[in-house]
Amino acid sequence: MADSSYNSPSEYIGHHLSNNELHLDFLGEGSFMTLHLDSFVMAVILGVLSMGLIWLVARKASAGVPTKTQAFVELIFSFIDDQVGNIFHGNRHSFVAPAALTVFIWVLMMNAMDFLPIDIMAKFYAMLGLYEWKAVPTSDVNTTFGLALGVWFLMIYFGIKVKGMGGWLHEIFCAPFGSSVWVWPANFLFNLIEYVSKPLSHSLRLFGNMYAGEVIFLLLGLWAATGVSGIIFGSILGAGWAIFHILIVVLQAYIFMMLTVVYLSMAHEGH
Amino acid sequence: MNLNFTMIAQAIAFAILIWFTVKFVWPPLLNAIEKRQKEIADGLAAAQEGKLSLEVAAKKNAETLNEVKQKGAEIVSQAEKRASEIVEQAKNVANEEGDRIIASAKSEIDQEVNRAKEELRGQISTLAIQGAEKILDKEIDKKIHADMLTKLAKDL
Repeated sequence: MADSSYNSPSEYIGHHLSNNELHLDFLGEGSFMTLHLDSFVMAVILGVLSMGLIWLVARKASAGVPTKTQAFVELIFSFIDDQVGNIFHGNRHSFVAPAALTVFIWVLMMNAMDFLPIDIMAKFYAMLGLYEWKAVPTSDVNTTFGLALGVWFLMIYFGIKVKGMGGWLHEIFCAPFGSSVWVWPANFLFNLIEYVSKPLSHSLRLFGNMYAGEVIFLLLGLWAATGVSGIIFGSILGAGWAIFHILIVVLQAYIFMMLTVVYLSMAHEGH
Repeated sequence: MNLNFTMIAQAIAFAILIWFTVKFVWPPLLNAIEKRQKEIADGLAAAQEGKLSLEVAAKKNAETLNEVKQKGAEIVSQAEKRASEIVEQAKNVANEEGDRIIASAKSEIDQEVNRAKEELRGQISTLAIQGAEKILDKEIDKKIHADMLTKLAKDL
Protein backbone atom coordinates (compact mmCIF):
# COMPACT_ATOMS: atom_id res chain seq x y z
CA MET A 1 0.00 0.00 0.00
CA ALA A 2 1.37 3.37 -0.95
CA ASP A 3 2.27 5.77 1.79
CA SER A 4 0.07 8.85 1.93
CA SER A 5 3.15 11.02 1.99
CA TYR A 6 3.98 10.14 -1.62
CA ASN A 7 2.74 12.73 -4.07
CA SER A 8 3.08 10.77 -7.29
CA PRO A 9 3.60 7.19 -8.41
CA SER A 10 7.03 8.01 -9.76
CA GLU A 11 8.02 9.37 -6.38
CA TYR A 12 6.82 6.15 -4.73
CA ILE A 13 8.68 3.90 -7.13
CA GLY A 14 11.72 6.12 -7.18
CA HIS A 15 11.87 6.14 -3.43
CA HIS A 16 11.72 2.37 -3.14
CA LEU A 17 14.29 1.82 -5.85
CA SER A 18 16.88 4.30 -4.71
CA ASN A 19 19.78 3.23 -2.57
CA ASN A 20 21.07 4.58 0.67
CA GLU A 21 24.22 6.25 -0.55
CA LEU A 22 27.34 6.92 1.40
CA HIS A 23 29.79 9.24 -0.31
CA LEU A 24 33.33 8.11 0.21
CA ASP A 25 34.97 11.52 -0.11
CA PHE A 26 38.20 10.28 1.46
CA LEU A 27 38.77 8.02 -1.55
CA GLY A 28 38.50 10.88 -4.01
CA GLU A 29 36.00 12.91 -5.98
CA GLY A 30 33.42 11.65 -8.43
CA SER A 31 30.20 9.69 -8.42
CA PHE A 32 32.07 6.36 -8.49
CA MET A 33 33.30 6.85 -4.94
CA THR A 34 29.88 6.11 -3.52
CA LEU A 35 28.87 3.13 -1.44
CA HIS A 36 25.35 1.79 -1.48
CA LEU A 37 25.19 1.24 2.24
CA ASP A 38 21.92 -0.72 2.08
CA SER A 39 23.13 -3.22 -0.53
CA PHE A 40 26.47 -3.69 1.13
CA VAL A 41 25.22 -3.97 4.70
CA MET A 42 22.37 -6.31 3.78
CA ALA A 43 24.70 -8.45 1.68
CA VAL A 44 27.26 -8.73 4.46
CA ILE A 45 24.63 -9.45 7.12
CA LEU A 46 23.02 -12.14 4.95
CA GLY A 47 26.35 -13.65 3.99
CA VAL A 48 27.60 -13.79 7.56
CA LEU A 49 24.26 -15.09 8.81
CA SER A 50 23.80 -17.85 6.24
CA MET A 51 27.37 -19.06 5.92
CA GLY A 52 27.85 -18.60 9.67
CA LEU A 53 24.88 -20.84 10.39
CA ILE A 54 26.18 -23.46 7.99
CA TRP A 55 29.59 -23.13 9.58
CA LEU A 56 28.13 -23.69 13.04
CA VAL A 57 26.65 -26.95 11.78
CA ALA A 58 29.74 -27.92 9.79
CA ARG A 59 32.01 -27.31 12.77
CA LYS A 60 30.27 -30.01 14.79
CA ALA A 61 29.43 -32.26 11.86
CA SER A 62 29.53 -35.89 12.91
CA ALA A 63 30.09 -38.84 10.66
CA GLY A 64 27.53 -40.81 12.64
CA VAL A 65 23.79 -40.32 12.62
CA PRO A 66 23.29 -36.65 11.69
CA THR A 67 20.97 -34.30 13.50
CA LYS A 68 18.09 -32.86 11.50
CA THR A 69 19.92 -29.56 11.07
CA GLN A 70 23.01 -31.33 9.87
CA ALA A 71 20.93 -33.46 7.53
CA PHE A 72 19.46 -30.28 6.04
CA VAL A 73 22.90 -28.73 5.57
CA GLU A 74 24.13 -31.98 4.05
CA LEU A 75 21.18 -31.94 1.69
CA ILE A 76 22.32 -28.55 0.37
CA PHE A 77 25.92 -29.76 0.40
CA SER A 78 25.25 -32.82 -1.71
CA PHE A 79 22.98 -30.87 -4.07
CA ILE A 80 25.81 -28.43 -4.79
CA ASP A 81 28.39 -31.21 -4.86
CA ASP A 82 26.37 -33.18 -7.44
CA GLN A 83 25.80 -30.14 -9.62
CA VAL A 84 29.46 -29.16 -9.56
CA GLY A 85 30.58 -32.75 -10.07
CA ASN A 86 28.55 -32.97 -13.26
CA ILE A 87 30.21 -29.93 -14.79
CA PHE A 88 33.65 -29.62 -13.28
CA HIS A 89 36.06 -32.49 -13.84
CA GLY A 90 38.91 -32.00 -11.47
CA ASN A 91 39.45 -31.65 -7.76
CA ARG A 92 36.28 -29.70 -7.08
CA HIS A 93 36.62 -29.91 -3.30
CA SER A 94 39.66 -27.65 -3.14
CA PHE A 95 37.88 -24.57 -4.48
CA VAL A 96 35.10 -24.74 -7.06
CA ALA A 97 32.49 -26.62 -5.04
CA PRO A 98 32.78 -24.50 -1.89
CA ALA A 99 32.73 -21.38 -4.05
CA ALA A 100 29.56 -22.65 -5.70
CA LEU A 101 28.03 -23.28 -2.28
CA THR A 102 28.86 -19.73 -1.23
CA VAL A 103 27.40 -18.27 -4.40
CA PHE A 104 24.23 -20.30 -4.22
CA ILE A 105 23.47 -19.70 -0.56
CA TRP A 106 24.44 -16.06 -0.59
CA VAL A 107 22.55 -15.15 -3.76
CA LEU A 108 19.57 -17.18 -2.59
CA MET A 109 19.47 -15.28 0.70
CA MET A 110 19.85 -11.92 -1.02
CA ASN A 111 17.15 -12.77 -3.53
CA ALA A 112 14.89 -14.02 -0.77
CA MET A 113 14.82 -10.54 0.77
CA ASP A 114 12.42 -9.80 -2.05
CA PHE A 115 9.76 -11.80 -0.20
CA LEU A 116 9.60 -9.22 2.56
CA PRO A 117 6.61 -6.90 2.02
CA ILE A 118 8.24 -3.80 0.68
CA ASP A 119 6.14 -1.07 2.32
CA ILE A 120 5.92 -2.70 5.73
CA MET A 121 9.68 -3.21 5.69
CA ALA A 122 10.10 0.46 4.64
CA LYS A 123 8.19 1.45 7.79
CA PHE A 124 10.41 -0.82 9.84
CA TYR A 125 13.57 0.64 8.36
CA ALA A 126 12.20 4.14 8.90
CA MET A 127 11.78 3.25 12.56
CA LEU A 128 15.48 2.49 12.60
CA GLY A 129 16.11 5.88 11.03
CA LEU A 130 16.83 4.48 7.59
CA TYR A 131 14.57 6.39 5.21
CA GLU A 132 16.11 5.06 2.05
CA TRP A 133 16.83 1.42 2.47
CA LYS A 134 16.60 -1.11 -0.36
CA ALA A 135 16.62 -4.50 1.24
CA VAL A 136 17.30 -6.67 -1.81
CA PRO A 137 21.03 -6.45 -2.58
CA THR A 138 20.68 -8.40 -5.83
CA SER A 139 18.32 -5.81 -7.27
CA ASP A 140 21.26 -3.44 -7.14
CA VAL A 141 23.40 -3.88 -10.24
CA ASN A 142 26.50 -3.14 -8.19
CA THR A 143 26.02 -6.28 -6.14
CA THR A 144 25.49 -8.60 -9.07
CA PHE A 145 28.29 -6.99 -11.01
CA GLY A 146 30.54 -7.21 -7.98
CA LEU A 147 29.87 -10.94 -7.77
CA ALA A 148 30.32 -11.40 -11.52
CA LEU A 149 33.55 -9.44 -11.28
CA GLY A 150 34.78 -11.73 -8.56
CA VAL A 151 33.99 -14.76 -10.70
CA TRP A 152 35.66 -13.03 -13.66
CA PHE A 153 38.90 -12.56 -11.77
CA LEU A 154 38.75 -16.15 -10.58
CA MET A 155 38.22 -17.22 -14.18
CA ILE A 156 41.37 -15.40 -15.30
CA TYR A 157 43.28 -16.59 -12.25
CA PHE A 158 42.47 -20.23 -12.89
CA GLY A 159 43.05 -19.83 -16.61
CA ILE A 160 46.56 -18.64 -15.95
CA LYS A 161 47.15 -21.06 -13.09
CA VAL A 162 46.08 -24.15 -15.02
CA LYS A 163 47.50 -23.34 -18.45
CA GLY A 164 50.36 -21.08 -17.43
CA MET A 165 50.74 -17.50 -18.56
CA GLY A 166 51.94 -18.61 -22.00
CA GLY A 167 49.15 -21.12 -22.43
CA TRP A 168 46.54 -18.59 -21.44
CA LEU A 169 47.86 -15.94 -23.82
CA HIS A 170 48.18 -18.57 -26.53
CA GLU A 171 44.52 -19.44 -26.04
CA ILE A 172 43.49 -15.80 -26.24
CA PHE A 173 45.23 -15.35 -29.58
CA CYS A 174 44.91 -18.82 -31.10
CA ALA A 175 41.37 -19.87 -30.23
CA PRO A 176 38.83 -20.38 -31.68
CA PHE A 177 40.07 -19.93 -35.27
CA GLY A 178 43.56 -21.47 -35.12
CA SER A 179 47.12 -20.41 -34.50
CA SER A 180 47.88 -18.68 -37.83
CA VAL A 181 49.18 -15.15 -37.32
CA TRP A 182 46.55 -13.76 -39.71
CA VAL A 183 43.65 -14.80 -37.47
CA TRP A 184 45.22 -13.51 -34.26
CA PRO A 185 43.24 -10.25 -34.34
CA ALA A 186 39.98 -12.07 -34.97
CA ASN A 187 40.72 -14.54 -32.21
CA PHE A 188 41.65 -11.77 -29.84
CA LEU A 189 38.47 -9.88 -30.67
CA PHE A 190 36.36 -12.96 -30.08
CA ASN A 191 37.97 -13.66 -26.76
CA LEU A 192 37.66 -10.03 -25.76
CA ILE A 193 33.96 -10.12 -26.50
CA GLU A 194 33.67 -13.36 -24.56
CA TYR A 195 35.53 -11.98 -21.56
CA VAL A 196 33.37 -8.84 -21.58
CA SER A 197 30.06 -10.55 -22.21
CA LYS A 198 30.51 -13.20 -19.55
CA PRO A 199 30.39 -10.92 -16.50
CA LEU A 200 27.78 -8.73 -18.17
CA SER A 201 25.34 -11.51 -18.92
CA HIS A 202 26.18 -13.15 -15.63
CA SER A 203 25.35 -10.11 -13.56
CA LEU A 204 22.60 -8.50 -15.61
CA ARG A 205 20.53 -11.68 -15.76
CA LEU A 206 20.28 -11.80 -11.98
CA PHE A 207 19.92 -8.05 -11.60
CA GLY A 208 17.21 -7.84 -14.27
CA ASN A 209 15.14 -10.58 -12.74
CA MET A 210 15.29 -9.24 -9.22
CA TYR A 211 14.81 -5.62 -10.25
CA ALA A 212 11.83 -6.46 -12.42
CA GLY A 213 10.36 -8.53 -9.60
CA GLU A 214 10.63 -5.59 -7.27
CA VAL A 215 9.13 -3.20 -9.83
CA ILE A 216 6.13 -5.48 -10.27
CA PHE A 217 5.59 -5.61 -6.51
CA LEU A 218 5.72 -1.82 -6.49
CA LEU A 219 3.24 -1.51 -9.36
CA LEU A 220 0.86 -3.88 -7.58
CA GLY A 221 1.32 -1.74 -4.47
CA LEU A 222 0.41 1.33 -6.49
CA TRP A 223 -2.71 -0.35 -7.78
CA ALA A 224 -3.69 -1.27 -4.26
CA ALA A 225 -3.59 2.42 -3.38
CA THR A 226 -6.31 3.28 -5.91
CA GLY A 227 -9.33 1.91 -4.08
CA VAL A 228 -11.20 -1.19 -2.92
CA SER A 229 -11.00 -3.09 -6.21
CA GLY A 230 -7.35 -2.16 -6.40
CA ILE A 231 -6.76 -3.58 -2.93
CA ILE A 232 -8.55 -6.84 -3.83
CA PHE A 233 -6.88 -7.40 -7.17
CA GLY A 234 -3.57 -5.97 -6.05
CA SER A 235 -3.53 -8.39 -3.12
CA ILE A 236 -4.49 -11.41 -5.23
CA LEU A 237 -1.98 -10.61 -7.94
CA GLY A 238 0.61 -9.68 -5.34
CA ALA A 239 0.17 -13.08 -3.70
CA GLY A 240 0.38 -14.77 -7.09
CA TRP A 241 3.51 -12.88 -8.02
CA ALA A 242 5.06 -13.65 -4.63
CA ILE A 243 4.38 -17.35 -5.14
CA PHE A 244 5.83 -17.21 -8.63
CA HIS A 245 8.73 -15.27 -7.18
CA ILE A 246 9.66 -18.21 -4.99
CA LEU A 247 10.53 -19.99 -8.21
CA ILE A 248 12.40 -17.01 -9.63
CA VAL A 249 14.41 -16.44 -6.48
CA VAL A 250 15.62 -20.02 -6.30
CA LEU A 251 16.00 -20.39 -10.04
CA GLN A 252 18.10 -17.24 -10.42
CA ALA A 253 20.32 -18.25 -7.52
CA TYR A 254 20.72 -21.66 -9.15
CA ILE A 255 21.49 -20.14 -12.56
CA PHE A 256 24.01 -17.74 -11.08
CA MET A 257 25.70 -20.64 -9.28
CA MET A 258 25.70 -22.85 -12.38
CA LEU A 259 27.16 -20.11 -14.55
CA THR A 260 29.87 -19.54 -11.98
CA VAL A 261 30.75 -23.23 -12.08
CA VAL A 262 30.60 -23.33 -15.86
CA TYR A 263 32.88 -20.31 -16.24
CA LEU A 264 35.36 -21.67 -13.74
CA SER A 265 35.43 -25.12 -15.33
CA MET A 266 35.86 -23.52 -18.76
CA ALA A 267 38.85 -21.67 -17.37
CA HIS A 268 40.23 -25.02 -16.19
CA GLU A 269 39.66 -26.91 -19.38
CA GLY A 270 40.35 -24.53 -22.24
CA HIS A 271 39.03 -24.59 -25.75
CA MET B 1 21.50 2.12 -10.89
CA ASN B 2 24.85 3.68 -11.55
CA LEU B 3 27.96 1.62 -11.09
CA ASN B 4 30.05 2.74 -8.17
CA PHE B 5 32.32 1.62 -5.40
CA THR B 6 29.63 -0.73 -4.07
CA MET B 7 30.57 -3.34 -6.62
CA ILE B 8 34.18 -3.38 -5.42
CA ALA B 9 33.03 -3.66 -1.84
CA GLN B 10 30.69 -6.50 -2.77
CA ALA B 11 33.46 -8.25 -4.69
CA ILE B 12 35.71 -8.03 -1.64
CA ALA B 13 32.93 -9.32 0.60
CA PHE B 14 32.37 -12.10 -1.92
CA ALA B 15 36.06 -13.03 -1.89
CA ILE B 16 36.13 -13.15 1.92
CA LEU B 17 32.98 -15.24 2.03
CA ILE B 18 34.36 -17.71 -0.51
CA TRP B 19 37.63 -17.94 1.42
CA PHE B 20 35.68 -18.61 4.60
CA THR B 21 33.65 -21.35 2.95
CA VAL B 22 36.66 -22.96 1.30
CA LYS B 23 38.59 -22.89 4.55
CA PHE B 24 36.06 -23.57 7.29
CA VAL B 25 32.71 -24.73 5.96
CA TRP B 26 33.36 -27.19 3.16
CA PRO B 27 36.12 -29.43 4.59
CA PRO B 28 34.35 -30.54 7.81
CA LEU B 29 31.13 -31.27 5.91
CA LEU B 30 33.02 -33.18 3.24
CA ASN B 31 34.95 -35.13 5.87
CA ALA B 32 31.83 -36.05 7.79
CA ILE B 33 29.95 -37.15 4.70
CA GLU B 34 32.82 -39.10 3.19
CA LYS B 35 33.54 -40.79 6.49
CA ARG B 36 29.90 -41.77 6.84
CA GLN B 37 29.84 -43.04 3.26
CA LYS B 38 32.87 -45.18 4.01
CA GLU B 39 31.32 -46.47 7.21
CA ILE B 40 28.14 -47.39 5.41
CA ALA B 41 30.08 -49.10 2.63
CA ASP B 42 32.12 -51.01 5.20
CA GLY B 43 29.00 -52.00 7.06
CA LEU B 44 27.37 -53.27 3.89
CA ALA B 45 30.49 -55.22 2.98
CA ALA B 46 30.61 -56.74 6.47
CA ALA B 47 26.95 -57.68 6.21
CA GLN B 48 27.60 -59.31 2.87
CA GLU B 49 30.52 -61.20 4.34
CA GLY B 50 28.41 -62.31 7.27
CA LYS B 51 25.71 -63.53 4.93
CA LEU B 52 28.29 -65.46 2.94
CA SER B 53 29.81 -67.10 6.01
CA LEU B 54 26.31 -67.93 7.24
CA GLU B 55 25.65 -69.69 3.96
CA VAL B 56 28.89 -71.63 4.26
CA ALA B 57 28.06 -72.60 7.81
CA ALA B 58 24.58 -73.74 6.81
CA LYS B 59 26.05 -75.85 4.03
CA LYS B 60 28.55 -77.38 6.42
CA ASN B 61 25.78 -78.07 8.90
CA ALA B 62 23.76 -79.86 6.26
CA GLU B 63 26.78 -81.91 5.26
CA THR B 64 27.51 -82.90 8.85
CA LEU B 65 23.89 -83.79 9.43
CA ASN B 66 23.89 -85.98 6.36
CA GLU B 67 27.06 -87.71 7.46
CA VAL B 68 25.68 -88.32 10.92
CA LYS B 69 22.45 -89.68 9.49
CA GLN B 70 24.37 -92.06 7.27
CA LYS B 71 26.51 -93.22 10.16
CA GLY B 72 23.44 -93.70 12.30
CA ALA B 73 21.78 -95.78 9.61
CA GLU B 74 24.94 -97.85 9.29
CA ILE B 75 25.07 -98.45 13.00
CA VAL B 76 21.43 -99.45 13.09
CA SER B 77 21.83 -101.89 10.24
CA GLN B 78 24.92 -103.37 11.86
CA ALA B 79 23.05 -103.74 15.12
CA GLU B 80 20.19 -105.46 13.34
CA LYS B 81 22.59 -107.83 11.68
CA ARG B 82 24.29 -108.55 14.96
CA ALA B 83 20.95 -109.11 16.65
CA SER B 84 19.81 -111.59 14.04
CA GLU B 85 23.15 -113.34 14.36
CA ILE B 86 22.72 -113.56 18.12
CA VAL B 87 19.19 -114.88 17.70
CA GLU B 88 20.43 -117.48 15.21
CA GLN B 89 23.20 -118.51 17.54
CA ALA B 90 20.79 -118.77 20.45
CA LYS B 91 18.48 -120.92 18.35
CA ASN B 92 21.33 -123.26 17.46
CA VAL B 93 22.43 -123.53 21.06
CA ALA B 94 18.87 -124.16 22.16
CA ASN B 95 18.42 -126.82 19.51
CA GLU B 96 21.62 -128.57 20.55
CA GLU B 97 20.65 -128.40 24.18
CA GLY B 98 17.21 -129.75 23.36
CA ASP B 99 18.72 -132.61 21.36
CA ARG B 100 21.08 -133.36 24.17
CA ILE B 101 18.27 -133.35 26.73
CA ILE B 102 16.15 -135.57 24.51
CA ALA B 103 19.05 -138.01 24.03
CA SER B 104 19.76 -138.22 27.74
CA ALA B 105 16.08 -138.69 28.48
CA LYS B 106 15.90 -141.46 25.91
CA SER B 107 18.88 -143.27 27.38
CA GLU B 108 17.43 -142.92 30.84
CA ILE B 109 14.16 -144.34 29.62
CA ASP B 110 16.02 -147.22 27.99
CA GLN B 111 17.87 -147.91 31.20
CA GLU B 112 14.62 -147.82 33.12
CA VAL B 113 13.03 -150.15 30.64
CA ASN B 114 15.95 -152.56 30.87
CA ARG B 115 15.85 -152.46 34.62
CA ALA B 116 12.13 -153.11 34.60
CA LYS B 117 12.71 -156.01 32.19
CA GLU B 118 15.36 -157.49 34.50
CA GLU B 119 13.06 -157.21 37.43
CA LEU B 120 10.21 -158.71 35.48
CA ARG B 121 12.46 -161.59 34.40
CA GLY B 122 13.37 -162.33 37.99
CA GLN B 123 9.82 -162.21 39.15
CA ILE B 124 8.60 -164.23 36.22
CA SER B 125 11.10 -167.01 36.91
CA THR B 126 10.01 -167.11 40.53
CA LEU B 127 6.37 -167.13 39.43
CA ALA B 128 7.07 -169.85 36.90
CA ILE B 129 8.79 -171.97 39.52
CA GLN B 130 5.96 -171.45 41.96
CA GLY B 131 3.48 -172.31 39.19
CA ALA B 132 5.41 -175.36 38.19
CA GLU B 133 5.66 -176.41 41.84
CA LYS B 134 1.92 -176.10 42.15
CA ILE B 135 1.32 -177.93 38.87
CA LEU B 136 3.75 -180.72 39.59
CA ASP B 137 2.67 -180.80 43.13
CA LYS B 138 5.95 -182.19 43.99
CA GLU B 139 8.92 -180.52 45.36
CA ILE B 140 11.58 -179.70 42.97
CA ASP B 141 15.07 -179.37 44.04
CA LYS B 142 15.88 -175.74 43.47
CA LYS B 143 19.48 -176.42 43.52
CA ILE B 144 19.34 -179.09 40.84
CA HIS B 145 17.09 -177.21 38.53
CA ALA B 146 18.52 -173.75 39.07
CA ASP B 147 20.57 -173.88 35.91
CA MET B 148 17.57 -174.90 33.86
CA LEU B 149 15.44 -172.14 35.37
CA THR B 150 17.99 -169.46 34.78
CA LYS B 151 18.17 -170.61 31.20
CA LEU B 152 14.37 -170.39 31.00
CA ALA B 153 14.32 -166.91 32.43
CA LYS B 154 16.86 -165.80 29.89
CA ASP B 155 14.73 -167.02 27.04
CA LEU B 156 11.76 -165.05 28.24
